[in-house]
Amino acid sequence: MIQINHKDSRSLHIQIEDGIKDLIINKVLAENQQLPSVRELSIELTVNPNTVQRAYRELEQSGFIYSIRGKGNFVSPVQDVADEKKISELYDSFESVVKSLFFLGEDEEKIISFIKNIKEESK
Amino acid sequence: MIKVSDVTKHFDKFEVLSSLSMHVRKGTVYGLIGPNGAGKTTLINHINGVLKPESGKINVCGENVYENEDVKKKVLNIADDWFYFGGYTIKQMASFYKDMYPDFSKERYENLKQVFCLDEKRQIRKLSKGQKKQVAFWLCLSCMPDVLILDEPLDGLDPVMRKQVLNLVIADVADRELTVLVSSHNLRELEDICDWVGIIHQGKIIIEKPLDDIKGDICKYQVSFKEGGEKIIESMSGVLHSSKTGSVYNLIIKGNPDYIYDTLKSAEPVLLERIGLTLEEVFIYELGGLGYDFKNIIF
Repeated sequence: MIQINHKDSRSLHIQIEDGIKDLIINKVLAENQQLPSVRELSIELTVNPNTVQRAYRELEQSGFIYSIRGKGNFVSPVQDVADEKKISELYDSFESVVKSLFFLGEDEEKIISFIKNIKEESK
Repeated sequence: MIKVSDVTKHFDKFEVLSSLSMHVRKGTVYGLIGPNGAGKTTLINHINGVLKPESGKINVCGENVYENEDVKKKVLNIADDWFYFGGYTIKQMASFYKDMYPDFSKERYENLKQVFCLDEKRQIRKLSKGQKKQVAFWLCLSCMPDVLILDEPLDGLDPVMRKQVLNLVIADVADRELTVLVSSHNLRELEDICDWVGIIHQGKIIIEKPLDDIKGDICKYQVSFKEGGEKIIESMSGVLHSSKTGSVYNLIIKGNPDYIYDTLKSAEPVLLERIGLTLEEVFIYELGGLGYDFKNIIF
């Protein structure tokens, strides 16, 4: 379910973290659904279990998942998620995309209506 | 779990280990890397309790390891030239391991039989190099060790078996907090499974850190300055490598990445990008800083 990219400059635990975030954001993993255990995921990706453990710990801190002792890790309901850092990162990459679009001569109206369309579609 | 303190060893007059210290924590996978002849195998032989240090101490599972049977029962080693008796079949060798290692699990042995698909009645000496390695893993993992020491473990194994064997080791780390010390030149594969890394050079551990810290500590920066901006490079410390292609500088800088990024940014560059390094690049640049680098000679 997650792909590790060895050319990626992000470290492994961050790649796993971001991979799971993407799955949650795109609703591949539903609310309260159980995540694979640390053991399962580390074997699937052939990475150190402590790396997966660390990714899960940080996902829990940022509110994407919650854990029940002895049972495992589960996806949090959406409203609990507040990841300031991720949000500002996304704005940064959005900024560079918008800048490129302006550079290529796109106009403001078109970009705004494009955003509105995405919102319509994801309703 | 493994604690080496201040160990020195000479072979004749040559100093192989010079007051070397290292610490492998329980439940971690520790990658030992270093150039040829740095002392990796000698260090491993000390941790196995085969060689006696001239000075210093080696503690494994809390006890001095040299000639200590109780400790050695819990420490399994797969060396590059794994030892087996000349005419023995796999089954005979397994029963030898069973006598030597009290924690040997028959059940585990039978389960692993399905993984390796080898006929246990075959003589080990007639197997190929890769198959011998499989037998070594099969028997050693059946012994349910507390510590597993691997010297170039994946040498000779095919891609399917590499993944298979690594997954077996990972499962043991997850389930039983197995401690693994692995020495290899295949840094690409080490990068996935290790969480601690030690770099050994001329008989000394020069760096010992969690892998994330090592990789977080050194970064590559691509910068292109406006006129005069490049002076900032000279004022910065920790620059391991600097090269220039066209107007773009490639810098390898050691130190807090955020701080370095901000410093470079203060020179108002036209382009500034930070790129993480692979373990292989870390190895090359760290040792390059110590004078061990590839010579740019073409014959």
